[in-house]
Amino acid sequence: MLLKKGNILLTIFTALAIIISGFFISSCGETQKSEEVKQSEKTEQADQAAETEEQIEDKESIKIGVIGAHSGDLASYGIPTINAATIIVEKYNAQGGINGRSIEIIVEDDGCKPEMATSAAVKVVGEKVNSVIGHICSGATKAAIGIYKESNIITISPSATNPPLTQSGEYPNFFRTIASDDAQAKLEVDFVLDVLNLTKIAIIHDKGDYGKGFAEFVKQFLENDQRAEVVLYEGITPGAVDYSAIVNKIKESEAEAIIYGGYHPEASKIVTQIRKKNMKTVFVSDDGVKDETFIKVAKEYAEGVYATGPMDTSSNPLTIEAIKEHEAKYGEYPGAFYLNAYAAMLALLNAYEVSNSIEYDDIVQTLRTEYVDTPLGKISFDEKGDAIGIGFSMYQVKEGRFVEIKQ
Amino acid sequence: MDYFLELFLGGLTRGSIYALIALGYTMVYGIIQLINFAHGEIYMIGAFTALIAASVLTFAGLNQLAIIVIAALAAIIYSAAYGYTIEKIAYKPLRNAPRLSVLISAIGMSLFLQNYVLLAQTSNFLPFPELIPEFEFLKPYSHIIRPSELFICITTAVIMLLLTFLIKFTKIGKAMRAAAQDKTMAMLLGIDVNLVISVTFIVGSATAAIGGVLIASHIGQINFYMGFIAGIKAFVAAVLGGIGSIPGAVLGSLILGWTESFFTGYISSDYEDAFAFLFLVLILIFRPSGILGKKEY
Amino acid sequence: MTTDISASKIDGIKKSVYTALWFMFLTFPIMVIKVNTIDNIIIWRWENMFFIGAGSFILSFIWRYMISKNEMKSEDSTGILQTFSEKITSEKKIYIPIIIAAAVFVIAFPFIFSMYNTNIMITALIYVMLGLGLNIVVGISGHLFLGYAAFYAAGAYTYALLNHHFDISFWFALPIGAAIGAVIGILLGFPVLRLKGDYLAIVTLGFGEIVRLILENWNDFSFGPSGIANIPRPPLFNLKLSLSEAIVYLYFIMVVLCIFTVFIIRRLEDSRIGRALVALREDETACQAMGIDKTKIKLTAFALGTTWAGMGGVLFAAKTTFVNPSSFTIWESIMVLCIVVLGGMGSIVGVIIGAMILILLPEYLRAFSEYRMIIFGIVLVLMMIFRPGGIVTSVRKNYKFELESK
Repeated sequence: MLLKKGNILLTIFTALAIIISGFFISSCGETQKSEEVKQSEKTEQADQAAETEEQIEDKESIKIGVIGAHSGDLASYGIPTINAATIIVEKYNAQGGINGRSIEIIVEDDGCKPEMATSAAVKVVGEKVNSVIGHICSGATKAAIGIYKESNIITISPSATNPPLTQSGEYPNFFRTIASDDAQAKLEVDFVLDVLNLTKIAIIHDKGDYGKGFAEFVKQFLENDQRAEVVLYEGITPGAVDYSAIVNKIKESEAEAIIYGGYHPEASKIVTQIRKKNMKTVFVSDDGVKDETFIKVAKEYAEGVYATGPMDTSSNPLTIEAIKEHEAKYGEYPGAFYLNAYAAMLALLNAYEVSNSIEYDDIVQTLRTEYVDTPLGKISFDEKGDAIGIGFSMYQVKEGRFVEIKQ
Repeated sequence: MDYFLELFLGGLTRGSIYALIALGYTMVYGIIQLINFAHGEIYMIGAFTALIAASVLTFAGLNQLAIIVIAALAAIIYSAAYGYTIEKIAYKPLRNAPRLSVLISAIGMSLFLQNYVLLAQTSNFLPFPELIPEFEFLKPYSHIIRPSELFICITTAVIMLLLTFLIKFTKIGKAMRAAAQDKTMAMLLGIDVNLVISVTFIVGSATAAIGGVLIASHIGQINFYMGFIAGIKAFVAAVLGGIGSIPGAVLGSLILGWTESFFTGYISSDYEDAFAFLFLVLILIFRPSGILGKKEY
Repeated sequence: MTTDISASKIDGIKKSVYTALWFMFLTFPIMVIKVNTIDNIIIWRWENMFFIGAGSFILSFIWRYMISKNEMKSEDSTGILQTFSEKITSEKKIYIPIIIAAAVFVIAFPFIFSMYNTNIMITALIYVMLGLGLNIVVGISGHLFLGYAAFYAAGAYTYALLNHHFDISFWFALPIGAAIGAVIGILLGFPVLRLKGDYLAIVTLGFGEIVRLILENWNDFSFGPSGIANIPRPPLFNLKLSLSEAIVYLYFIMVVLCIFTVFIIRRLEDSRIGRALVALREDETACQAMGIDKTKIKLTAFALGTTWAGMGGVLFAAKTTFVNPSSFTIWESIMVLCIVVLGGMGSIVGVIIGAMILILLPEYLRAFSEYRMIIFGIVLVLMMIFRPGGIVTSVRKNYKFELESK
């Protein structure tokens, strides 16, 4: 009996031993942090005291959390955002920061999982970040956004497209530099119906929150329109070794066009298989596919593929510069959502610079009013947080490049 | 009828792809009863090595055939080396440990290798050159079967026959069977069990590398995460066929490939994987040791 | 004598040189060459080869030393931990102050440490609960189970959907979630009773994937991959809690539930069912000869194990306030299995330690950012090599001894 009781005790004891040892690691960080907090309080007081006086040089830095999927299967969509943030911050800091404040980024991984997203969010809130660039996936963003809202932290996502994030109006702190699913879906459906005049359409998606969310809207818009018929609506498994079955099914359905919701790796596999089967089906997709890597991977089979994407990018000098910077620093062409992240970061830092403040209200106000030049064009944000000025247009792959289609 | 044939051939290709990975799985399992989670990663490393070798050689300006041969050889050698090293580091010290401990060690190794490639190379998808040539005489049939698909099917069949030969008729094969049945007894009879296990890992990893090269060339792109899903699927196929049995792995893979292909073709791809798993459950309920598996006592 | 030592030294250096050369060869393509097939650029990073060589040279010494030490240690089986734990548990004078200190620490925890630490501690405690539940199936009754995430998902969606449609509060959803976990566990248990070992593992893995795919595809039921947002945190009467207060509150709920879980499982281990499970694991035939109903016992084990997963799922939904299928992948199942095996199968203390390590480690490794998962992988491998039976193996032996003495 004694032993048994002892085991319960031992249980609790050992658990605590672990906890304590865990805190050995973090304890140094803790003390440092509390000092920082004290310091920041001091500076705030000093700020108030010196309001009318000269600007003091020793200001607290602006902390920006960069959160997204940096490990696991979606890492390739999250890492370009870190690169974009790093490049911009280095550039700004080299020029002396913003209004005397240096900028610091805190990178956290959420693996695109809601539970990791919330712990990352609570962590950066604890580290007193001023704003966040992220998250990458809509699901993770939805899980974390409530935490940021309560802590008055501005969040700009380069890639979370789920419509309710902005349209519900529940999250005044949320902004994004990407079009929502429904806006893209509308554009593509109109394009297929009005410009291409096709009637038999297959909708394929990758079952993810981005691809399927988009496909749902496409389906809805097509069903509301009498002119076209949805002949196929299916989800594929991302990462599968081969898509011949679904390609055969598309062929059998006699679809004239495929609208695909998802990212470029699967899109290039499907397009390649379709073209190798000598099928001429039109392939239309979203801006997860409008990525140079898509053309590089699908090579000649990419010819003729349509994809929506932000207007005015490839000829924009800022875009060219952004890509050059990435190639210089990382030795490779930037990955997905790099430009969106780059734009988000520029817009955010611009808001800090113009408003000359780090207060939540000022920044939100500035984001909504000020226009800023980014690789995606001259942008600002509307009341709900969607970007204004990111015009969306249709691109087609011609001779190995995405060429904008003027309507 | 054409549609049926297309689905049939599609399933055959897919099954052959699974089989290339499942063969290594089943060999390793047969000898040390380990679900080698890192096997998918070895397949990924094979593909990466081939890509790196091919790019360097293209840069050096070699001709197409030489590139194919050297890249494939590099992939096989390196994958075998990785398989050998992984066994020495992560599994050998655990020879007498509980089986689940080795499983966790394998999972750790799989995570390590994934992130090793992610950090040392890139997180992006890389295009993979088409190493398998488009044979001219197959051009008229390209809407039914592509040369690379045919090539994969044939390779799988050849490898299966070679492995069966290796296990049934060679000395090392005999040693493998002996070690699989009873390690202690095999040791008493003078078989170097550690050597036999190393050889098994080397052979299994080499087949994974061949799979990696062929599949990457067929799909046209690679990424550090490609091994995980393929590995899980191959494992399912190996179990379906009766894990430990070489023909079983191929048969299980083909059945899995056809199941997925026909289910997608005639019903829906939404539940393709769910159905494949359901089918697996059904088969295992009626044949608890897989289709060609030996009955467990 | 001296020549012997120097000979073995030279031998060691030789071995290390070979190891270093081998690793330089092994990592050559991946570490040294970086190709960019998009732009056709090849970057040569020769410095990496040097680092690998030097690193593996040094590490191979440490490795050999550790392995030989480990082999020596395994010869005398009484670990330090065992004597240590015996001392603690057998002497009242020692364990009573410790338990008091522990209780004080647990209560004070959220007030001493930051919100972030409290938050991840909640996650760790949820995994303690999941680990303890899976421990019944894997550790105590010896079935390899790879689809635990399915039951976790069932619990989470129970709360999310009930709340979304009927506004059912957390406290009602908790028992419902647990019950649904149990029911699904029994439903799965029936068909797979005949299966053993890895065949069972693969079927449960398949089951986990089927559940996730249903959640992903059946939009009308589960809202698909876009998930269910705005799930309320547990209410405290009608008070409006701020974020940090809600986290502290959830922390205490978790502590209480974990103590409850530990209590129940302690009782279970000593009960008829618990002993029957252990017996069934050791020898099925003998067990049936003793008149134990195999089917009933196995199903009970499944149901008992999955109940905690259902409950853990409800807590998960309440903590993250958002559920979507991406939280319930096979990695989740693997993680819980790792907790059980790493901690030491069948041991409650072990599972708690395992959960703490495996959940807190990746969090505290965040400081290493991109190296986080690679370190985690290495830690898993090393832990298994140096403690193959899990962290706490000895306590289980204690327990066996106790059975005999009665």
